Amino acid sequence: MLSILVGVLVMLVKMGLVLAVVFGLAAYMILLERKLLGRMQVRYGPNRVGIFGLLQPIADGLKMLLKEDIIPDGVDRRIFLIAPAIVAGTALFAFAVVPFGPDFTVFGVTIRQVIADANVGLLVIFGLSSLAVYGVALGGWTSDNKYSLLGGLRGAAQMISYELALGLSLVPVVMLSHSLSLSDIVAAQARLPFALLQPVAFAIFIVSALAETNRIPFDLPEAENELQAGYHTEYSGMRFALFFVGEYVNMILLGSITAVFFLGGWHGPFLPPIVWFMLKVLAVPVFLIWTRASLPRLRYDQLMAVGWKFLVPLGLVNILVTGAILAAGM
Amino acid sequence: MEDKNDKPGLLREVVDGATGIIGSYAATLTHLFRKPVTEQYPEYKRPMPARTRGRIILTRSPDGKERCVACYLCSGVCPVNCISMQSEEGPDSRRRAAWFRINFARCIYCGLCEEACPTLAIQLTPEFAFSKDSIEAFVYEKEDLLVDHGGKDPDYDFYAHAGVAAGRPKGEHIGEDEPVDVKSILP
Repeated sequence: MLSILVGVLVMLVKMGLVLAVVFGLAAYMILLERKLLGRMQVRYGPNRVGIFGLLQPIADGLKMLLKEDIIPDGVDRRIFLIAPAIVAGTALFAFAVVPFGPDFTVFGVTIRQVIADANVGLLVIFGLSSLAVYGVALGGWTSDNKYSLLGGLRGAAQMISYELALGLSLVPVVMLSHSLSLSDIVAAQARLPFALLQPVAFAIFIVSALAETNRIPFDLPEAENELQAGYHTEYSGMRFALFFVGEYVNMILLGSITAVFFLGGWHGPFLPPIVWFMLKVLAVPVFLIWTRASLPRLRYDQLMAVGWKFLVPLGLVNILVTGAILAAGM
Repeated sequence: MEDKNDKPGLLREVVDGATGIIGSYAATLTHLFRKPVTEQYPEYKRPMPARTRGRIILTRSPDGKERCVACYLCSGVCPVNCISMQSEEGPDSRRRAAWFRINFARCIYCGLCEEACPTLAIQLTPEFAFSKDSIEAFVYEKEDLLVDHGGKDPDYDFYAHAGVAAGRPKGEHIGEDEPVDVKSILP
């Protein structure tokens, strides 16, 4: 009885911690992006609220809360209200299977630094990222606005297409680690991260993950200059903020799964595991921001061509080569 | 097989594409370490050019008297009709404005009033930051507009050059000939 209570307590604390850290990181990721983009464009970025503008995320949050929340006439109310929650929710749920560090023991209780070590963790992440398409597509469709609809359609097509390449790039990882559990995948990289063993898969993963998070140069669902704001044109106030924060939570999630699948998770010399994990997680969003400052947006047909004609075949060939080498090794 | 004259090879395309992408990443990275060129406005106020068209003032002549003679030219030329006034005669028998009003909420800072003014009384200053909480506060009366200096042209004195004999007798103005005694030039 007591052990169950302790287990529930530990689980609640872990969930609370992860939620707080992820939301905090997402808020400050927005600040980091604005700051970094500013410096790359030879300007300062936000520096008015607090020292170095550190209170900017709080000011932004307050502003979003106090803004009028408009629900246009003619929208499908229920779906309109749910869509942002789907985007933010699916991104948050995926953190349940991400391992943050090795097990440790406190007062005789072994604590695993993962909320739920599902033995199909990889499939859980894929399932949730497929569900995220619903948020974008429904948000665009339900808004009763042609631009939003176009943005939502583009988003759905793009996310589904790149989901395939993403899946194919992770097959070699599963082949090498013999497991779908994220903890086992991290354990398999104790000596060498998969980024070095599978550079091609890593490259495909990064490119298609960029497209999955709708980041520049693949931000066609938003495409401010042709679609106003794309699928979230009609959203305002906190509902828009949910879409927005969802994007940044997605960036952090992307950082975590990149760290888990390719960068060796929490493994690393000298520093404590959780620090290594955080460093690897943060490296990916910084790279995404750097990419945003550097590359122009692709045309839609170019985007689709890269996905279907290049990344998917390359992923298949990579799987074949990996399989052949593994078979030869045995 | 033979049409390889202007189509670059695959390797060439890959190298070109890669250098292009790496080049743009390198460019943003080098810019990251440059000093931003942004002017931090409230802390650093850039000196504005003297002819910047900002807030409007009414200036005074070197002898400290009002330059404005209430001729209505600025009010007439104003494209948004934001200037209004009433003329009267002052104690020194000079014309002047009984009241003078500019509605800055309507003013478009075109500078036509300054162009039209024969006495250089109305002038635009480089001051541009005077926002208000209420729109009524943008209506400036003569007391608010009048300053105690000559603005851009401090030495100019309208009554020294022209005007009725309010300040000086006939023939005393700068560049003015002696009054002609018409009887002396009769045949």
